[in-house]
Amino acid sequence: MLRRLARDRAAFLGGLLILGLMLVAIFAPILAPYPDDVWQFHTPNRLLPPGPERLFGTDRMGSDVFSRMLFGARITLTLSFIAVGSAVLIGVPIGLVAGYWDTWFSELLMRVAEIFLAVPQIVLAIAIAQTLGPSIENVILALSITYWPFWARLVYAQTRSMRNEVFVESAIALGAKPWRVMLLHILPNIASPIIVRTSIGMGATILTAATLGFLGLGAPPPTPEWGRMIAESREYLPEAWWYAMAPGLAIFLTVLGFNLFGDGLRDILDPRTRRSVGGGRG
Amino acid sequence: MVWLNIILNRLAWLVPTLLGLLLIVFLLSRVVPIDPARLAAGDNASPAQVEAVRQQLGFDRPLPVQFLRYVGDVARGDFGTSLFTQQPIVDDLAARLPATLELTIVAILLAAGIGIPLGVVCGLHRNSWIDHSLRIVTVSGLAVASFWLAMQFQFLFSMKLGWLPLSGRIEGFPPEEVTGLVIIDALIEGDGEIIGSALSHIVLPAITLALPAAATVVRFTRNGVLGAIGSASVAYQTAMGYPRRLIVWKYVLRQAISATVTQLGLIFGILLAGAVVVETVFDWPGIGAYAVRSILQSDYNAVMGFTLWTGAIFVLINLLVDLLQAAIDPRGAR
Amino acid sequence: MADILTVENLALGFRTEGGLARVLDCVNLTVRPGEIVSLVGESGCGKSTLASAILGTLPRGLAVVGQGSVTLDGADMLRAGAAAGKVRGRTVTFVPQDPFASFNPLFRVGTQIMDLMRWKSPRRREGSWFYSPRRRRADREAVIAMLEAVQLPQPARLLQKYPHELSGGQRQRLMIAMALLPEPRLIIADEPTTALDVTVQAQILGVLRRLAVQRGVAVLFTTHDLGAAWEICDRVTVMYAGQTAEIAPRDSFFTAPHHPYTRLLLRSLPEEGRDPVGIPGSVPSPLSPPLGCRFHPRCPRADARCQAERPVLRGEADHLAACHHPVLAAQEARLDA
Repeated sequence: MLRRLARDRAAFLGGLLILGLMLVAIFAPILAPYPDDVWQFHTPNRLLPPGPERLFGTDRMGSDVFSRMLFGARITLTLSFIAVGSAVLIGVPIGLVAGYWDTWFSELLMRVAEIFLAVPQIVLAIAIAQTLGPSIENVILALSITYWPFWARLVYAQTRSMRNEVFVESAIALGAKPWRVMLLHILPNIASPIIVRTSIGMGATILTAATLGFLGLGAPPPTPEWGRMIAESREYLPEAWWYAMAPGLAIFLTVLGFNLFGDGLRDILDPRTRRSVGGGRG
Repeated sequence: MVWLNIILNRLAWLVPTLLGLLLIVFLLSRVVPIDPARLAAGDNASPAQVEAVRQQLGFDRPLPVQFLRYVGDVARGDFGTSLFTQQPIVDDLAARLPATLELTIVAILLAAGIGIPLGVVCGLHRNSWIDHSLRIVTVSGLAVASFWLAMQFQFLFSMKLGWLPLSGRIEGFPPEEVTGLVIIDALIEGDGEIIGSALSHIVLPAITLALPAAATVVRFTRNGVLGAIGSASVAYQTAMGYPRRLIVWKYVLRQAISATVTQLGLIFGILLAGAVVVETVFDWPGIGAYAVRSILQSDYNAVMGFTLWTGAIFVLINLLVDLLQAAIDPRGAR
Repeated sequence: MADILTVENLALGFRTEGGLARVLDCVNLTVRPGEIVSLVGESGCGKSTLASAILGTLPRGLAVVGQGSVTLDGADMLRAGAAAGKVRGRTVTFVPQDPFASFNPLFRVGTQIMDLMRWKSPRRREGSWFYSPRRRRADREAVIAMLEAVQLPQPARLLQKYPHELSGGQRQRLMIAMALLPEPRLIIADEPTTALDVTVQAQILGVLRRLAVQRGVAVLFTTHDLGAAWEICDRVTVMYAGQTAEIAPRDSFFTAPHHPYTRLLLRSLPEEGRDPVGIPGSVPSPLSPPLGCRFHPRCPRADARCQAERPVLRGEADHLAACHHPVLAAQEARLDA
């Protein structure tokens, strides 16, 4: 499985990007040339163009953009891992329960999920994040509330089709408890699509989180959040053209990594579906 | 019969979906720590004045009552008044909807016009250099943050090169309003300068908006072509000596497009979500930018109005897609 | 008279992940003008691959031709390239196995038939692009007449329908009509009745045989069903695991088969007063076929020679078998014992 993953060039590159990002996040204090710049201002150095000393220039506070970008990886990764993790933890059980029993309650659960999917995710996320007030915790909350239906719907459909499989029916006939059937018989068999969806969902979540930051709804300044850094740079165009470069590329490479990884994973885990849409948007 | 079924099915969905949306947004607006009455009364209002406003707007009633009253108002077409523009929200939205429609229509035309041919080429020449390079482009197109891309476009094409305007929808006075779509109105008026201005303003936002949608269209079309080319009917036609051109451009293309059309709802969703951000960056006077501003200003009536409209548009678009699908595929809607 | 189709010592394989799959090995086959030949073999013995080779539609890049030739009406179909496209649909036509999937579901059957006529009608002048209204009218009349000939009622209305509105039998009749319309010299029918109900099968076979004989069109009819072969053909060719085992006229084939495989195949048919007998063992994988005669691991008469040396087709007159130890009339008693 790992070998096949390494052989698929796209998945390999995606995995490499994700791994690199994690290393950057962990070792940001060591890698960053000016680790203090994240929280401190050096106003005399403000808006310096890129050079050998400062790879991506400095920002309006005189901080090194490159160092801030490296620290931004921590925020993005923590935020999106927790947000997607919670969305999975909300969505998967709901999908399992709704798919396992065929009652009005399942119907209701899925209808609620549909309602969440009836408006663009970004609108819902903006509304929730704004209501709760700007902080990282609230962004996480907003994202998990917004994105859980994706997993619920996927797991619901998969569970539905699994429910009629012979091995599931025989387990039920042998008197297995419903939760046992769900956890031991159904869940392991629908793990592949969930994993693929999760990888691609990470990409979508990171983009939405960055958009929230860009709109000023994320962590308050001077948190080195990529979206917020790009928003700050807007006032200084066209002179400080380098300002948005590092965070923009960071978002791009991160989302690219998760999308490529999810795409490759899909090919490996499910050879029946050919490369289809891995749209990291939604 | 099939058509009527589709329409009734979707419309039956419209009401519960909108009610659910309403409830979500309503609950959000009521857990907010900001006091809407104080906000509406203004900064200098005395406590008594704030109380008066509270009573006037009904914020002192129990939540279920407030909700029911709101639902009743909405059912009569009254979405309330925007706290900031002081206009009825229906008017605000109606005034801005054409701008968003114009932008999304141009973007969807771009996405389909570029995406479908490229997808066909990729599907026909699977694993060729063009397939591989387009795969890189489409994966990248889905990974780039649209607000960042928008800024790079603004920097390059308006600030540096000065080819295109930085933001806005039109320079000077807009053409006389007929359809609300500035490009069409300008064409009706026949003023070359206005037409040029309208076109040059829409280029950058439309391209920014179309990119992720185009990437999605390329991938759907490519997979549709691959599926059709591997089908038994193409094998039969090849064995019977139908010309290759005919097989590809008539039979395969139709199947691929039919597969793409089923995903139009999803593509439209990508566009609508993108419009919220793209309109904000390009100062495009549509409902997306209006929604962001309303949210940031805690103008909840406006936010609810926007959410409902978007939900309704979504349901209607999906209805249209279903009908289109039924028209393309004689086996009927699935 | 010259043969319409000659396949000589054809060896052909496909590149797969597991290596080269030697699907066809030393295949010989002839079809004479106007004659109906059954190509009999189990699923996976290479019948459909052989049909693709004859039509010149082998997947490019995947198929590897080892040796041999396929000559169709004087044209070399393995190396014809673009020229094969002219032969297909004119000299040779095709009736597919699965009439359900072989129509494009999004177009009316009339559209699909008229597209065929536009390019493959016998009234079309070579190289002509123009579809004159006069030829279109003539073609349409020919189509209507042909639909009546294959016993499809209300042909004009039928042309307006979509494939999913027709039954399998109706679709297969349409396929036969389409195979006959270009007035070809040879029709390749690839298990044309496998996907149909048993009751419909006999009707379809009847229509195919009657029209082919009437119009003097040769038919190569592949099947795994010996009963169907008996009903329709003049001559039989048997394949086993990609090799030609036996070639014989129908009657002599069914009464006195020479190849041990053929004998066992015939004995596996249910027959009155005798229980059917299966053939022990299974068909070998084309990735690692046995050397020599590919049937030797399952053959009761095999010896060391069969494992080492590939038998060539030989025999008297027009009854040939590829076997070192063919069952001749005198020995029959011994084998049956």
